[in-house]
Amino acid sequence: MSDILERVRKIVIEHLDADPEKVTEKASFIDDLGADSLDNVELVMAFEEEFDIEIPDDAAEHIQTVGDAVKFISEKSGG
Amino acid sequence: MRRVVVTGLGLLTPLGQGVDVTWKNILAGKSGAGTISTFDATDYGCQVAFEIPRVDGRGGGGPDVEGSFDPNGTMAPKDQRKVDDFILYAMAAADEAVKDANLPDDEEVRLRTGVIIGSGIGGLATIEKTALEMAEKGPRRVSPFFIPSALINLASGQVSIRYGFKGPNHSVVTACATGAHAIGDAARLIKYGDADVMIAGGAEASICPLGIAGFIACRAMATDFNDAPTTASRPYDRNRAGFVMGEGAGILVLEELEHAKARGAKIYAEVIGYGLSGDAYHITAPSEDGDGGLRAMKAAVKDAGIDVSEIGYVNAHGTSTMADGLELGAVERLLGDNAKNAMMSSTKSMTGHLLGAAGAVESIFTILALRDQTAPPTINLDDPEFDTPIDLVPHKAKPKAMEVAMSNSFGFGGTNACVIFRRAP
Repeated sequence: MSDILERVRKIVIEHLDADPEKVTEKASFIDDLGADSLDNVELVMAFEEEFDIEIPDDAAEHIQTVGDAVKFISEKSGG
Repeated sequence: MRRVVVTGLGLLTPLGQGVDVTWKNILAGKSGAGTISTFDATDYGCQVAFEIPRVDGRGGGGPDVEGSFDPNGTMAPKDQRKVDDFILYAMAAADEAVKDANLPDDEEVRLRTGVIIGSGIGGLATIEKTALEMAEKGPRRVSPFFIPSALINLASGQVSIRYGFKGPNHSVVTACATGAHAIGDAARLIKYGDADVMIAGGAEASICPLGIAGFIACRAMATDFNDAPTTASRPYDRNRAGFVMGEGAGILVLEELEHAKARGAKIYAEVIGYGLSGDAYHITAPSEDGDGGLRAMKAAVKDAGIDVSEIGYVNAHGTSTMADGLELGAVERLLGDNAKNAMMSSTKSMTGHLLGAAGAVESIFTILALRDQTAPPTINLDDPEFDTPIDLVPHKAKPKAMEVAMSNSFGFGGTNACVIFRRAP
């Protein structure tokens, strides 16, 4: 779990050029980290690539925070 | 009739970032050409291009090389990933032009300020890269930023978003005549009353494998000068063998005359004439008698209401191809007995061919020629093929007393544009 969190945080920091201190589990990509809807799409694609999983569009819509992403990826990869 | 003047200039060219450094290099007769550094061009017939010097070392630039372009000065790295280079270049030149014009911080002005920036091909490098990625990884790996990165009108869109310019938001796609059409059309929008200020110009970033290979296939590019890059672009010279690709952007701030005067703006020149025509002849070759270009020039002269004897300098389309002679003949016919009093040069000998940005970059050179009363040179003109009464300004810039100058741009598809400027009073 903590490994997933760190990998997700790394992607988010890199793609959004975000201040690492602000990239907490509760942080919302759009409300807290300056992303727009297209950034969210790109983030989901980056998660898919990093964790070698597929995130369907309806699930992607519900991934709005770092914690959402970690939770989905953990369940999907059985971790 | 509303009159239109130029109140801001911005350039990013193979001769550097900024109007001052580029113009200094132009007047010094410097070539911006080199061996292609953006990708390995070993297998390509043409390995030469006019690349923008960058601080990262590409294009002959470096942190200590004057005029080297630092993309981070224009856009944050995370935003650079969302735009093709042609948009990045447009933003860099627009930043300079808008700053130069010193427009007031006033929402009323922004509502009456539009943007019309064109490109010949747009995000070709991004299209190429994305297509290759999709072939390898499948359609789900296509970035959500691919389309807005590649669309030509997104240069206008990005500039309007950055500055809040809410007037007409438009674009031009007429191959190598794009930049000239953008300026002429923008001037018309101001004259007609759609806007008081227009940010106008062109941007191009086609020095990528697909762009180079495509133009080589058209038999349009010089392939004989891979060992001597700075001699490859040689308009009017007997040994010229095709154009050499350049990249960059030229952006002008055009403004209604009274609007500019009321705010005490610095005025570079007046846009007095604009002419357009079509060849209706061939997809890549100009009409054999140069008639299409001549009709565009005549239309611009008529629009300007001037006598051809007033034209002191012509910035030629002059791409270093067979077509140089056709344009020269057309200009001779336009000027008649006045040909011997005029100067005409091809600055593409120093910048290469910036395709959709060429007309805008060269209009800026035309304006600066008027300002400084100096005709920029045609370099590499060692063995002139043509016997002409027009002074082609070989090798070295020359002083020239003049009030009016024009810039020609012709594009694939048989599209022609001519813009005429008068020196600021």
